[in-house]
Amino acid sequence: MSRDWPLWEVFIRSKGGLSHKHVGSVHAPDSELALRHARDVYTRRQEGISLWVVRSSDIVASDPAQDGPMFEPAESKVYRHPTFYEIPDVVTHI
Amino acid sequence: MTPALSSTAPATRDEALFEYALRLGDDSLILGQRLGEWCGHAPALEVDLSLTNFALDLVGQAILFLDIAGTAEGKGRDADRLAFHRDVLAFRNCLLVEQPNGDFARTMARQFLFSNMQVALFDALTHSTEPRLAEIAAKAVKEVRYHAELSAGWVIRLGDGTDESHSRMVDGFDWCWRFVEEMFDMDETELTLMRDGIAVDRATLRAGFDARVEEVLRQATLPVPAYPRAVRGGRRGHHSEHLGHLLAPMQYLPRTYPDAVW
Repeated sequence: MSRDWPLWEVFIRSKGGLSHKHVGSVHAPDSELALRHARDVYTRRQEGISLWVVRSSDIVASDPAQDGPMFEPAESKVYRHPTFYEIPDVVTHI
Repeated sequence: MTPALSSTAPATRDEALFEYALRLGDDSLILGQRLGEWCGHAPALEVDLSLTNFALDLVGQAILFLDIAGTAEGKGRDADRLAFHRDVLAFRNCLLVEQPNGDFARTMARQFLFSNMQVALFDALTHSTEPRLAEIAAKAVKEVRYHAELSAGWVIRLGDGTDESHSRMVDGFDWCWRFVEEMFDMDETELTLMRDGIAVDRATLRAGFDARVEEVLRQATLPVPAYPRAVRGGRRGHHSEHLGHLLAPMQYLPRTYPDAVW
């Protein structure tokens, strides 16, 4: 039966202030049941306070074959990390 | 040890409370055990978890209600003792919850009817003058509201689905209708407790229940029934042949090994 149901990706916000994080997927015939299935499968142990589901087929993904042009150019640009600043002693919690 | 079959009113308030808490607890316990039978057999993994989540909610409610029953009885029986060491005639659940699962449509029809009764009952029970009952109801009403919503979702999808799912949904409800009336019966036990503000007047819940059932059935394109002649007797221990077969596997282990612990 589940083979006939579309796949939905599940995102959980674990607590206020944090962003939703991908946790897995469920099969469901429509969005309302997808949300309920996500609740039943992924929040049994108080994992979250908010759920998102999105049709897996609606996600636009980068092509793994294009990893080189997509991600490698960032490798040689360490100056993008804010590690070259001297932090004044009076500034704490960084 | 166990109360005899009787429709006479209990002599004391504790006896009445024992009886009332047994009814509430046994309803949840027996349906929880029934739903557990789906574990590993549901149409999809997601549905398997939905059903077993329901079962765990219901068994949790049963533990709380049966502990109250045991305390009211005052003979040292706790929830486990009451669940596993009572014979079939001493169970006080309504007949609907002991009905076999049938197919998924019948399980959903049974769930939809029972959960909607529970939502109305627990909503009202949060105002009970017996604080332990009010507290359990406040916790449980959130659980059963979810059961009512999810089962309504399935009733609508199956009823308004294919010819096959529609006819299965019709059959599922046809099996269940005769057991609806019993869920709203009042007797001397509950009337006595109701006058003290402890028990809920089940009769007052019926109009809201009927309205909700009708609303969902219409959405599901299912026929709204003329209720058939009611079958009742569970509250007095007159059960269908199905309950014994449910209790046997449930009670086997603690009865065979009375000292067994986790």
